[in-house]
Amino acid sequence: MTAEPQTTDPAPIVRIDALRKSFGANEVLKGIDLLVQPGEVIAIIGKSGSGKSTLLRCINGLEVFQQGRLLVDGLPLKHGDAKAMRALRQHVGMIFQNFNLFPHLSVGRNVMLAPRLVKQTDEAAAAAQARQLLARVGLAEKFDAWPDQLSGGQQQRVAIARALAMQPSVMLCDEITSALDPELVGEVLRVVETLADEGMTLLMVTHEMNFARKVADRVVFMHAGRIHEMGPPDQLFGSPQTAELRQFLSALH
Amino acid sequence: MVDFSLWDIFRNLGLAARWTVGLSLLAFVGGGLVGLALLLARLAQWPGAQRGVAGYVQLFQGTPLLMQLFLAYFGLALLGINVSAWVAAGLALTLYSSAFLTEIWRGCVNAIPKGQWEAADSLALSFGEKLRHVVGPQALRIAVPPTVGFLVQVIKGTALASVIGFIELTKAGTMITNATFRPFTVYACVALMYFALCWPVSAASRKLERSFRRDR
Repeated sequence: MTAEPQTTDPAPIVRIDALRKSFGANEVLKGIDLLVQPGEVIAIIGKSGSGKSTLLRCINGLEVFQQGRLLVDGLPLKHGDAKAMRALRQHVGMIFQNFNLFPHLSVGRNVMLAPRLVKQTDEAAAAAQARQLLARVGLAEKFDAWPDQLSGGQQQRVAIARALAMQPSVMLCDEITSALDPELVGEVLRVVETLADEGMTLLMVTHEMNFARKVADRVVFMHAGRIHEMGPPDQLFGSPQTAELRQFLSALH
Repeated sequence: MVDFSLWDIFRNLGLAARWTVGLSLLAFVGGGLVGLALLLARLAQWPGAQRGVAGYVQLFQGTPLLMQLFLAYFGLALLGINVSAWVAAGLALTLYSSAFLTEIWRGCVNAIPKGQWEAADSLALSFGEKLRHVVGPQALRIAVPPTVGFLVQVIKGTALASVIGFIELTKAGTMITNATFRPFTVYACVALMYFALCWPVSAASRKLERSFRRDR
């Protein structure tokens, strides 16, 4: 453990310096710098192929990057170091587009699995925590249900409870409403909004511009592997500075 | 000519069937353990494991079991290594079964969506925990039918071990036919005995599959 002296500034919870990532010869992230403060809600927008999902997936090591530095809660991300990755991933929760619940485990067991294994929480405490988290996402009565008995919106709320069970400092949301029927989007976004209100640091890749505008503290517009424009939602949506962002926003309407 | 009653035929075949059972168990256990070890080496992405195991699978799937038995018994002897028929059969059946089983199981693991690995990764599960609690149970469920299908093939395949001197079910059938000149009766009994060995395996597999299906 390297003990760096704490500055009086609130330390950024996520720190990304000059991050570059390629798939083969195709460079998809071309030098990303980003500081995220605790409690900040960041919406990442951009065309498909702009690298926004890849950037998100770099933060918990699902993607390997070739250059640059990434720290979460002061912990550097070290690929290939299983112990360091395990430590870092306990600080980062992730919610996926396709929910990725474990189909062979009941809803309660899905939520309990990681605390039981990784944090060695005992059975009773993990179950109590799972019930409490399920209540928080409005699914208290689904503890013994199976994932495939739930609607998409319910499954995604279970996935949120599962991620929260590890008490992460940062939550990554990768297009979490894109696979949902339109009438189910609202229930998931309401849960995410509650998280934001409770002070959770959120990074979300989203196509829900109204939601981004309402909830985000900062919007990041990505284009061609770079952060093209960044700022408060009013500024980005109200007076976009670059032609690319103007074009992207006008294409949505 | 010796007079063989139907009971005599059955009794002698029954004695020979012990070898078939023994050889099959050897193939199941040896092949299962080696196949699992090869699968884990591949999944853990040990350096060289991917290509090494792929080559191993190609080699033992691409050559007849008969040749493998021959080579294990007579080939090793030519090299100056004298092995008993049991060792040779054990070796050949283990290599053969492990090549098929590791490939069958790899297919089952590959059938688990990538999102399951990623979800387990993002929950900070270790490699062992991912296999034990997330991917393994799901892969196991789909692995039962193809695995059992292969095991039943192996039971019947042990007949080939007669080339290195095992008097197992098929060989015993041939010998009794030669003594009794009643091929139809004898081979019907042989077939019945194979069925009696294979059917419980298939039945157990169906039961296992049902038990994986959870109650609603």
